[in-house]
Amino acid sequence: MAKARSMKALKRRNNVLGYLFLSPCLLFFGTFLFYPLLKSVVLSFQVTNPRGEAVGFAGWAHYADLFTSGQFLASLKATVLFTLYTVPAGILLAFALACMTNARLPGMKAFHFVFSAPAAISAATGAVIWALLFHPTNGMLNYGLGLIGLSPVPWLIDPKWAPVSVSLMTVWMNLGFNFIVLTAGLRGISEDICDSMKIDGAGPFRSLFAVLVPLLSPTLFFLLVVSVINAFQTFGQIHILTRGGPMHATNVMVYQLYQEAFVNWRFGAASAQALILFAIILLLTLLQFFWLEKKVHYQ
Amino acid sequence: MILRTIRHLPLYAALAACALAVLYPIIYTFSCALMTPAQAQAYPPNILPSGLYLKNFSDVLNLVPIDRFLFNSFAVSTAVVAGQLITSSLAAYAFAFIPFRGQNLVFTVFLSTMMIPWEVTIIPNYITIRSWGWMDSYAGLTVPFMASAFGVFLLRQHFLQLPRELMEAAQIDGCGHLRIFAAIVLPTARPALATLGVYQFLNTWNMYFWPLLITNRDTMRTVQIGISMLKWEEAMSYNLVLAGVALVLLPSLITLVFGLRQLVRGITAGAVKG
Repeated sequence: MAKARSMKALKRRNNVLGYLFLSPCLLFFGTFLFYPLLKSVVLSFQVTNPRGEAVGFAGWAHYADLFTSGQFLASLKATVLFTLYTVPAGILLAFALACMTNARLPGMKAFHFVFSAPAAISAATGAVIWALLFHPTNGMLNYGLGLIGLSPVPWLIDPKWAPVSVSLMTVWMNLGFNFIVLTAGLRGISEDICDSMKIDGAGPFRSLFAVLVPLLSPTLFFLLVVSVINAFQTFGQIHILTRGGPMHATNVMVYQLYQEAFVNWRFGAASAQALILFAIILLLTLLQFFWLEKKVHYQ
Repeated sequence: MILRTIRHLPLYAALAACALAVLYPIIYTFSCALMTPAQAQAYPPNILPSGLYLKNFSDVLNLVPIDRFLFNSFAVSTAVVAGQLITSSLAAYAFAFIPFRGQNLVFTVFLSTMMIPWEVTIIPNYITIRSWGWMDSYAGLTVPFMASAFGVFLLRQHFLQLPRELMEAAQIDGCGHLRIFAAIVLPTARPALATLGVYQFLNTWNMYFWPLLITNRDTMRTVQIGISMLKWEEAMSYNLVLAGVALVLLPSLITLVFGLRQLVRGITAGAVKG
């Protein structure tokens, strides 16, 4: 009897203690995550004044506007283009470097450090450096092109080139993160497999695509999902390098959202955009998860 | 050894070329930051400075309060890391060691918060911070980031790997959860705490959108916003802009030298979680 009662008391104590330990986290999540999420949904159906106060009910008008105004669809297109420019190139480049530095040779540690370095550099710092490199007349990139006899490129001022230029900078910036993830993935493949490949006499390229890529597919899959989500959330380098221009060529979704909310001060319409972005990211995650995971080889 | 190295000469050559390309923007920054104004404006451009011209650094500090930006960023990042270490370790302990009712449900809710992108929360959070009068304040820059689901998972994963016997022995000795948490779990989890600390320090240090929104006065700007102000000073010469960039880059590079292991662990912890 006494034992049963003390068990009950212990359980109650654990319940209280458990939530007590969670309470700081729950407090912050509630205030800055759950409440804002609900508030965004409410805002997206409202007309707001610049103070963020609701002054009228909008219904689905904000959502309808998004898909008829053209500007939002253009920003969606710019984002998809930016994703296609940055994600495959970023992963392939990092994969090549990770394979090359995976050999057990002297000096590889130094290369590991160098190729991881961009992971510590922020979008803002990187963008300021590249803004100077991209300068049409004083920039080192055009000077370099001139040295090998090519004509200068209007990096950030031509609407055709600007998305390419911003992507180039982004691939460089993401290289460190991608390299770190892929190197860790390669290290996870056991030495035995690498040795047995050598004994089998498989050439480097055959072993690469027949063995390495399937074994690495969980890592590649993770990197793909994260990279696509990151590409859809790009803001800093756009704000510094192009401000969405020229002629809206680099006006990606988050930049468009920023302008709608904090330049035009239309919180209602901007919230609708934010929720669409949320839905797209969620859909992409689930789609990749269910469709690609079937094709991924887990060891 | 030497023979092997010679055999791999093509590999080394390719790697060196790639390393140079990856490092070039950083080399460019530091070499321009050390050039005299005349050298920086010369055409054809100089690749390397002829000497160490350190006056750029004092000049740029006179024009833009980069020291103040550095202090702000350091204070904000430290506060966020401290806050997250406390909130995450407490929550992770509860999930790992205290069997309480609704544990699975709450854990799933925590898990799902990772799917919420910050864009969805930024407008309401901006309204909240403004209505509390927290614009241009350290509170506004730090409090919204004091808890992270990522931190909770990282630490929980680590706590679960602690030997069971250790916990049981402590409980038999009559230690309560608070004692076990403070005296046993936290000290043994130091590597995981360091991983979370370095990773979130860099993340906070590199934050751009939020400080851009809620700071207006120069004295409250963080480095990332301050550095972008340099770019818009059209009249400023390259050597000055890049001296400013170099000052901002230096702390990040030092963190990288001493914290690469932690950074790698932080990034790959995310990868394992998938």
